[in-house]
Amino acid sequence: MPSQAAGSEIASAAEDAAEAAPLLQAVALSKHFPGVVALDAVDFDLRAGEVHVLFGENGAGKSTLIQTLAGVHWPTGGAIRFRGEPVELESVHHARLLGISAVFQEFSLVPQLTVEENLFLGAEITRRGVLDKRELHRRSQAILDRLGFPLNPRQRVQYLSRAEQQMTEIAKAFRADPAVLILDEPTASLTERETDRLFSLIEQIKRQGVGIVYISHRMNENRRIGDRITVLRDGRRVATLPMSEADDERLLQLMTGRVITQIFPKIRHAPGAELLALEGVKTANKIVNGVSLTVRRGEIVGLAGLVGCGKSEVGRACFGLEALASGRIRFDGAEVTGAKPGQMLDRGLFYLPPDRREEGLVMVRNVRENIALIGLARPPLARLGILDRAAERRMARSLTERLNLQPRNTERDVQYFSGGNQQKVMLAKGLVRGIKLFIFDEPTVGVDVGTRVAIYEFIRDLCEDGAGVLLISSDLPEILHLTHRTYVMYRGAVHKELRGAEITQDAVLAHFFERVAA
Amino acid sequence: MSAQADSTGAAGRWWRHVVVGVGVLPLLLAIALVTFSLLSPHFLTGQNLLNVARQSTFLAMVAMGQMLALLTGGFDLSVGKTLAITSVVGALAMASASAAWPNATGLAIAVGMLAGVGAGTLVGIVNGIGVALFDVSPFMMTLGTASISFGIALTLTSGVPVYGMPDTFGNIFGFGQFLDVPTPVYATALLYVILYFVLSWTPMGRYFYAIGGNVKASILSGINTRLHLFMAYVLCGLMAAIAGILLTARLETGEANIGASMPLDSIAACVIGGVSLRGGVGRLGSVVLGAVFIGLIQNGMDLARIESYLQEVVIGVLLILAVIADQLRHRLLLRLKD
Repeated sequence: MPSQAAGSEIASAAEDAAEAAPLLQAVALSKHFPGVVALDAVDFDLRAGEVHVLFGENGAGKSTLIQTLAGVHWPTGGAIRFRGEPVELESVHHARLLGISAVFQEFSLVPQLTVEENLFLGAEITRRGVLDKRELHRRSQAILDRLGFPLNPRQRVQYLSRAEQQMTEIAKAFRADPAVLILDEPTASLTERETDRLFSLIEQIKRQGVGIVYISHRMNENRRIGDRITVLRDGRRVATLPMSEADDERLLQLMTGRVITQIFPKIRHAPGAELLALEGVKTANKIVNGVSLTVRRGEIVGLAGLVGCGKSEVGRACFGLEALASGRIRFDGAEVTGAKPGQMLDRGLFYLPPDRREEGLVMVRNVRENIALIGLARPPLARLGILDRAAERRMARSLTERLNLQPRNTERDVQYFSGGNQQKVMLAKGLVRGIKLFIFDEPTVGVDVGTRVAIYEFIRDLCEDGAGVLLISSDLPEILHLTHRTYVMYRGAVHKELRGAEITQDAVLAHFFERVAA
Repeated sequence: MSAQADSTGAAGRWWRHVVVGVGVLPLLLAIALVTFSLLSPHFLTGQNLLNVARQSTFLAMVAMGQMLALLTGGFDLSVGKTLAITSVVGALAMASASAAWPNATGLAIAVGMLAGVGAGTLVGIVNGIGVALFDVSPFMMTLGTASISFGIALTLTSGVPVYGMPDTFGNIFGFGQFLDVPTPVYATALLYVILYFVLSWTPMGRYFYAIGGNVKASILSGINTRLHLFMAYVLCGLMAAIAGILLTARLETGEANIGASMPLDSIAACVIGGVSLRGGVGRLGSVVLGAVFIGLIQNGMDLARIESYLQEVVIGVLLILAVIADQLRHRLLLRLKD
C-alpha cells in the first residue's frame, strides 16, 4: 500500500512514494487488561503529512490504541514501528522525545503552575542550572502566537476555562516540533473560531510532513480534515479507507456492525405515573443550561449527546450532586430541588456513576460491604442501629447470584474483579433499596459484550417491573435499541425529543452534530 | 523476571500471601520475643509480661482512637497534647472539688474525671469541626489544636505538676488490681470491646471504612460523610482523653508534659498493625497488638539496659520500616491483582 493517495497535495510526491515505510506503524498490536482485551492484534499505519481519523464506539479501543502509541501503556503483543524502526516506548516522555506527542482528553496540567511553566514542565530552560524565566516566557509566547491562542502565559492554569486548558494542552504538544501528533477529541470544548484556528494549524503542520492521528465523534470535523479513516470495533480493526469513500451510512455500519438484535432485548413500553420532572434546570457550573424533561414509570428514557454536552450533569443534578442555579426538580410528586443524595435515595432515586473506580465503588473493601453500603442504616440490614450481618450476607449472596457475579465470592475485595463484574456490583447496589427510578450514566463503559447483554437484560427487568429508567449514554446503539423516548442534548440544552419509531440513527445523529442544527 | 519467579517457587508465593494477608506484625512480634529472651532472662516471665501489658495500655487506647482517624484517610497529631490537657484539667478540677467537699471523695473524683475527659474530648470536637466541616487538612488542623491544647495546659499549671487529688483516685484507677491484673488493663479491654462493636456491628463503623476507601462513592451511597468524619475525630479525642485521665491516676499528679511521643507511637502502632495510611483498611485487634509490640520493644530495651535516648531512635526506625513494609505490601497487592 504505497502512499499515493496523498500525492496530489504534496509537492514532493515522488519522494514520498519512494519512502515506503509509514511514519508510525502498529503491527498486530494487542493490549490486555485484567479481564478485558482492549486491543486485539490491531494494524494501523500513519503516513507523513496525513490526518488519519480513528473512529468507533466508546470502548472500541481508540483510546487504548493512541495511549499505547503515545507510551502510556505497554503493548501486551505486537510491535510499534517509528520511521520504519521498531521502538519500545517507555513513557509518554520518551515518546515525546522521539517526536510522538499526544493530547489526551484528560489533561496533564499542573493547576497551580502558570501556562508557561506547564508548557515547559519537564523540559525547563536553564542557564548554568538556573531557570531562564525570560527565555521561557519568550518561547511560550511564540508557541501561543503561532497557534493563535489568546492565552496569557503567566496565568495560572487553575483559573483558566476548560477551553483555555484544552488550548494549553495542545500548545504543550507543539513545544518541540512533533513528527506525530495525536489529538483525542481536541475540539470538545473549543468554540468555532478556536476550532477553525486549530484546523488551519493542522493543515499547516501537515504540509510540513507531520502525521496526525485524530479522534472525534463529530463527523463533519472528520470529513473536513481527515485523509483516511480507520474504524475500530471491540478492540479490532474493522476497516481502513480513504475519507472520500467513507459516507455516514458505511461508517455507522462498520462502527456498530455486530449482530445487534442479539445484544439488545425487546422492552415492553407501559408508561405509568410521572416520576421525575425537570423544569428549566440550570446548574451553577453552567454546564446544564435550561433542561426540561420527564420520566414515567415503566419507560426507558434516553439522554444522548456528545461528550461534554451536559447529559451526565443532568443525571448528577437529579441526584443532588450538582448545585442548581435555577429551575426545579420534582420527584414522585414532591419538590426535591436541592435535596442531597441520601434524601434522594430515601425517596427512591438511584444514580449509577460512569466511573467505577473514581466514585462508584470502595475498591479496598469487599463485594458484600460495597453492596450493603447503600442501605446499611435501615432494616433489613440494621435494627436499632445494630447491623444484622446475617441478613447482609444473605442479601449479598442473593444479589450477586441474580447478577451472575464471577467469581461468586462476596468476601473478595472489589478491586480484584474485572471491570464487567465491578459494574455488576454497582448495579446490585440499586436493588438494596426500594428504588423507583434508576439513572444509569454510561452503564456499559469499558465492559465486554457478555456483560453488556446482562446489563441490558437487567435494565429491561427493572423497566418491565414498573421502574422508571433514565439512560444517559454516549453509545448510540444503546440509545437506539433500548429507549422508548430520547432527549438529544447539545451544548447544555435539550435539542430535541424523539419518541418510539422516531429514534433512528439519522434522527439522533442529526441533532448530535451541528450540521443540521445550523 | 520469569526465572526469578520460578526460583522463588511455591514457598515464595506462600510467603507473599502471608505478608499480604496478615501483614508484617506477627513476624515482628516473633523476632522481638526471641531477641529479648536471649538478651535478658527476666524478659519471658509472667510478671514482666504483665508489666508489658500495663505499660502498653495507654498507648493501646490512644492507638485505637488514632485508628479511627486513619480509617477515614486522615490522622490525629494532637493525641499527645489531648492527654496533657486532660491530665491538667482533670487534676485541677479534682483537686479543687476535693478541697471544696473534703467528705465527698467519690464525687470529687467523678467531677475531676468528667472535667478532664470533657476537656480532652473537646480537642477532638474542634478537630472534627475543622476537618469535616471546613475541609482543613487533618495535618494542619490537629497540629494546630495540639499547639493550642499544650499552650492552655501550660498556662493553667505554669508548667508545674498539679497536686492535691485524693489518694483514692490513684489507688483505684492507677494502681488498683483485680485478680492481679491492673485496672488500666481492664479499661483497655472494655474500650476494645466497645470499639469492636462500633466498628463491626454498627453502620457508623462501616462508614468509617467506606469514607476512607472512597469518599465519593460514600456520598453516592447516601452517607452523611461530614457527620461521620466528625465522629471519627471526636471518638479519637475521647479515647485519648480516657488514656489521659488513667495516666493521671497512675502518676498521681496532673502533668502538662505527658504524651509527647503519643502521636508518633500511636500512628506507628496502627501502621505496624496493618492500618493503611491511605484509609479504608485496618483491624482493631491488630492495632492493639501493634501497641503491645511497641510496649514489648520498650520493655525489652529497658531490660537490656539500652538507654532511653537510643530507644527513641529504635522506635523511629521501626515506624519507618513499618511504613516501607506497608508500601511494599501495597505494591505486592497490585502485582497479585494482575
